[in-house]
Amino acid sequence: MGPLAQAVAPSHMPIVLRPLLPELILVGTALALMLLDALRPTPDQRPFVLLSLAGVAGAAAATLSLWTWKGPGSVLGGMIAADRFAVYFRLVILAAAALGILLSSYYLDRAGEARGEYYPLLLFATAGMTLITAASDLILIFLALEILSLSLYLLTGFSFRRLASAEASMKYFLLGAFSSAFFLYGIAFAYGATGTTNLAGIATALASRVNGDALALIAVGLLAVGFSFKIAAVPFHMWTPDAYQGAPTCVTAFMSAGTKVAAFGAFLRVFGVAFLPLAHDWRAFMGVLAAISIIVGSVLAIAQTDIKRLLAYSSIAQAGFILVGLSAGTQAGIQSAMFYLAVYAGTVLGAFAVVAIASVRGEEHTALSSYAGLARRRPLLGLALTAFLLSLAGIPPMAGFIAKVSVFSAAVQAGSWPLVLIAVLASVAAAFFYIRVIVLMYMQDPAPEIEGVRIESDPAGWAAVLAPAFLTVVFGILPGLLFGLLRTASVVRF
Amino acid sequence: MESYYAQYGVVVAVLIAGIGLVAVAFTAARIVAPRRPLPEKLTTYECGIDPVGEGWAQTQIRYYIYAFLFVIFDVESVFLFPWATIFERLGMQAVVEMGIFIFILALGLLYAYRKKVLQWA
Repeated sequence: MGPLAQAVAPSHMPIVLRPLLPELILVGTALALMLLDALRPTPDQRPFVLLSLAGVAGAAAATLSLWTWKGPGSVLGGMIAADRFAVYFRLVILAAAALGILLSSYYLDRAGEARGEYYPLLLFATAGMTLITAASDLILIFLALEILSLSLYLLTGFSFRRLASAEASMKYFLLGAFSSAFFLYGIAFAYGATGTTNLAGIATALASRVNGDALALIAVGLLAVGFSFKIAAVPFHMWTPDAYQGAPTCVTAFMSAGTKVAAFGAFLRVFGVAFLPLAHDWRAFMGVLAAISIIVGSVLAIAQTDIKRLLAYSSIAQAGFILVGLSAGTQAGIQSAMFYLAVYAGTVLGAFAVVAIASVRGEEHTALSSYAGLARRRPLLGLALTAFLLSLAGIPPMAGFIAKVSVFSAAVQAGSWPLVLIAVLASVAAAFFYIRVIVLMYMQDPAPEIEGVRIESDPAGWAAVLAPAFLTVVFGILPGLLFGLLRTASVVRF
Repeated sequence: MESYYAQYGVVVAVLIAGIGLVAVAFTAARIVAPRRPLPEKLTTYECGIDPVGEGWAQTQIRYYIYAFLFVIFDVESVFLFPWATIFERLGMQAVVEMGIFIFILALGLLYAYRKKVLQWA
């Protein structure tokens, strides 16, 4: 029997699909929606919204059932990890997807962009995101990265009649394809250095060496560059402001939360498992990446006059803070980064949801000046945005404060206090532009031309604002709710 | 630990040398090169044709869609051939799995047909 036949012979490898069930449900729902759109085209979005929400809920239920999974640590020949790490990330991503779906229907109706392709694409992107956090083989990580990226390029350009959207999509696509090449090149080097693309296999191969060798170090560098593009860390952040600004705001909300969580999930797994033996080498690299992301993101955000660009630069700085946790290279570091990611996802999604509602028709009022007096016109919306901005700035009692503290304390324990010093100073400077928006909302009168503009949304849109706002406050006051889960979820099994 | 990171001094040295090389070359060119500004040099095409209209243009994407549809059949055959050589040994399960695979690809074709991209118009 040849090696290929041996590898696929059923007696040798029982096919266990259950750890892959969330993705299968998502893709199945997406295909059903695609068919529905093709066979019964309808301008009514309700069936699409309900079906895709059902798909996400089904995937979440399948994910939850994996929390108590007693089977092998990885299935399908070591391709899929069945650990709580993946369960945690999938739940965060699915929550982001659900809120993104809730936000979308009213936005698309209002912008006149309601087309049936939207929801299948969003579900495909979600499937890619959840798959990447469970993938424990570099090839599968690449595949999942492409699934989520390709769907997001299209979603970014969904309002293609608006030139900014088409341009954003093009920029995102070109730079994304560029970063994929880096990533693939890194996989090739990892294979060259260790003879396998399996994360556990790479870790074993590297651990048995005394000196780090050049091939493995090149692989580490190239893979870090590929991930840095996706998480939008400086100096690989150039696409972020344009893509976030040009994309329809409901897409921006979903992708700013989902992509970062997904890419960080794979980032933590690859560097926390496969390349852990080389931690001495990459820790310094991550530290530098974190420091310049925080500084550049915070400084450039100060100069922004558009709320979407401001939030984009803020998300670049946030990527830096999460990298501080990763650069600690310890269990506590991974744990704090995971907490930070959940908080970040909720906060940034909520903030963009407010922007989506406040911009009235499509992308009309995204200039910062149109937020003057928002709190007076729409008190609840103003209050929610205030909560999100304070959380992003890291001010107690919001969840962002706990997230920053836990990341910093993990880094200090690992001895990288200069990095923490830089991060703390930069976050003080960053508080300026968050608070400037709050001041604008509460202490200034609305401009006369937008005074009479009515800001409305449907209940689903409100849910997408209020649910994250509620969670931001709850996790700020009771962070133990999440940390309790993280004690077991931050252990990567293989 | 300090001496360990000192090994990376070579990388920093190469980085500085690289930046230095480009900086020196550009500065030297700036100092040495003759400078004769003319308005013609600022036009888009120096050969003399003035650009008309704007840079945005629509492109016929018909062929592009066909390339996409070709991929459906292409991917199908890429997996069908290796499968065909061993499916006897794998039994019913493999047949069902290939059926699912082809069904998903066929959905793509059905979608394209319903969206009327198969019409050459």
